[in-house]
Amino acid sequence: MADYPDNLLYTKDHEWVRVDGTSATVGITHFAQAELGDIVYVELPKVGEKLAQNDSFGSVESVKAVSEIFMPISGAIEKVNEALNDSPEHVNNDPYGEGWMITLKIENPSEIDALMSAAEYEDFLSENRN
Amino acid sequence: MSNDNSRIKKVRTHISQNESLIFERSRSGAVGYKLPKIDVPTTEVNELVNSKYLRTDDLANMPELAEPDVVRHFTRLSTWNYGTDTGMFPLGSCTMKYNPKINELVARLEGFATAHPLLPEESAQGCLEVIYLAEQLLAEITGMAAVTLQPAAGAHGEMTGIMMIRALLACRGDARKKVLIPDSAHGTNPATAAICGYTVEGIRSNERGLTDLAELEKRMDDSVAALMLTNPNTVGLFEENIEKICKLMHERGGLVYMDGANMNALCAVARPGDMGVDVMHMNLHKTMSTPHGGGGPGAGPVAVTKELAPYLPSPMVIKQDGKFVLDYNRPQSIGRIRAFYGNFGVVLRAVCYMLTLGSEGLRENTETAVLNANYIAHHLRDIYEIPYEGKIMHEVIFSDKRQKKYGITNGDIAKRLIDYGFHPPTMSFPLIVPGSLMVEPTESEGREEMDLFIDAMKSIDKEAQENPEMLKHAPHTTRVGRFDEVAAARNPVLRWQATKSEEK
Repeated sequence: MADYPDNLLYTKDHEWVRVDGTSATVGITHFAQAELGDIVYVELPKVGEKLAQNDSFGSVESVKAVSEIFMPISGAIEKVNEALNDSPEHVNNDPYGEGWMITLKIENPSEIDALMSAAEYEDFLSENRN
Repeated sequence: MSNDNSRIKKVRTHISQNESLIFERSRSGAVGYKLPKIDVPTTEVNELVNSKYLRTDDLANMPELAEPDVVRHFTRLSTWNYGTDTGMFPLGSCTMKYNPKINELVARLEGFATAHPLLPEESAQGCLEVIYLAEQLLAEITGMAAVTLQPAAGAHGEMTGIMMIRALLACRGDARKKVLIPDSAHGTNPATAAICGYTVEGIRSNERGLTDLAELEKRMDDSVAALMLTNPNTVGLFEENIEKICKLMHERGGLVYMDGANMNALCAVARPGDMGVDVMHMNLHKTMSTPHGGGGPGAGPVAVTKELAPYLPSPMVIKQDGKFVLDYNRPQSIGRIRAFYGNFGVVLRAVCYMLTLGSEGLRENTETAVLNANYIAHHLRDIYEIPYEGKIMHEVIFSDKRQKKYGITNGDIAKRLIDYGFHPPTMSFPLIVPGSLMVEPTESEGREEMDLFIDAMKSIDKEAQENPEMLKHAPHTTRVGRFDEVAAARNPVLRWQATKSEEK
């Protein structure tokens, strides 16, 4: 799998978004999981919670640090990936598959337009790495 | 491992048996005492104590050992220690300076060591005078009007400070909702603000690693209660716009809290009170040389401006008719924030340190601490990346950027330093520097020890190029090799548990 699949959208805080009708699935990118290192704990929100864009919806803890994860777009939490409670390593091993974190009900579709494409995100990464 | 540098003198560790857990050494029936025969009538214990408070498991699985076994166990363990009494401890942000032994001597003086916190004031004049004096000395050093010694550590000091800011703003009738925190602040700062009921908003650093003044200007409005600023910040740089920052905050009705954890770069040279700071804490266990590896206890005194002084925790020591008394009549105080008067033994050591050095000695220490960090930066900057170039203060932050091309990370470098006889530096902090190694030599180190450290870091870089696999499995000379940190974090085993065969 490519490091940054073309069918996803990306944020500057290194979350990815997969839009599917009125819902969206969210996780953290390959870059984010690599920077964090081995993830040992993932804290996720409650189903039904309504959060605004850029609100923190949880945190990821690695052996190095705890980092917050942010809502790429506003919405209500529909599902959380319970499997991460026991197997946080999914986020490292398969960030775009088994490592998904939440799905949300899209509240404001116009927010999606401001997210980055895979190519834009890769440009953003290379700009910030230097 | 071979190295070209003869200054690095490595030896094999002397031989002593590896140590099992004390539970594993237990032998049923072993004791370290012998009691005389009972010469009074015996009474069943449950006639004296309600049986619901009694254990019924006959202390199952508690270790049973003879006295020499216990003494050897703990003495052997004590030889595994690494501390500032054995060598350089460059754990950045923690200020692991040497703790002078005169501090310990003074803390053990009978009048201090045996004083009970409930002694009447007239019997505790010496202790009260130490508290009074410590507050005066710290007020002078910080340039502030008044000080409380109650907080037990830095984060506790932060909470005390933010509670006072809240009390003052509430008194002004303008409680406000938000606290702004730069991303180069200590991690405890946002936690403090959140615990005190504020919404936290981050301020990104500019490309030089300093608080972005324009960004602050944009974000500072009448909903913001305070800015919490660490100065020097966690990138090891002095916030050179501190006066402008304070002015901006004050003009818009906010206050400035300064995290003084890094005061080892400023002490007796520059005073936050003169820069416009309203509240700050200091970490006596860092700047004032009291022991803190292994949990302290610490002390996080808080200094405030005259305007905030009425809100300081109660009681305060005051001088009345030539005597020291505890003043509880403080109607605006946020109240008591710790039992009794703070970690008095720590404060006492800090007072001893301040008086031993005097203002000139403290200044010299600060200058040496800054010089030492710059010495290490100077000798390693061609080899290890320094992500934020600026005037380095008391600590220098490197990153593993150049070693990463050999597959070596900051963790590998830190582990390998153990093989060279050094405690590793702080790693992966601050978060805004990927792969960081934060080195704080403090003023305690002479040139010889720092040269050894520099040589070790140079050797490790060479090893990264020539033998990266070896680095990835470091340390090699310790009793146990590299731990599986991931498994330990995912499935922590926090205490000894009897296996079936060990159970009685």
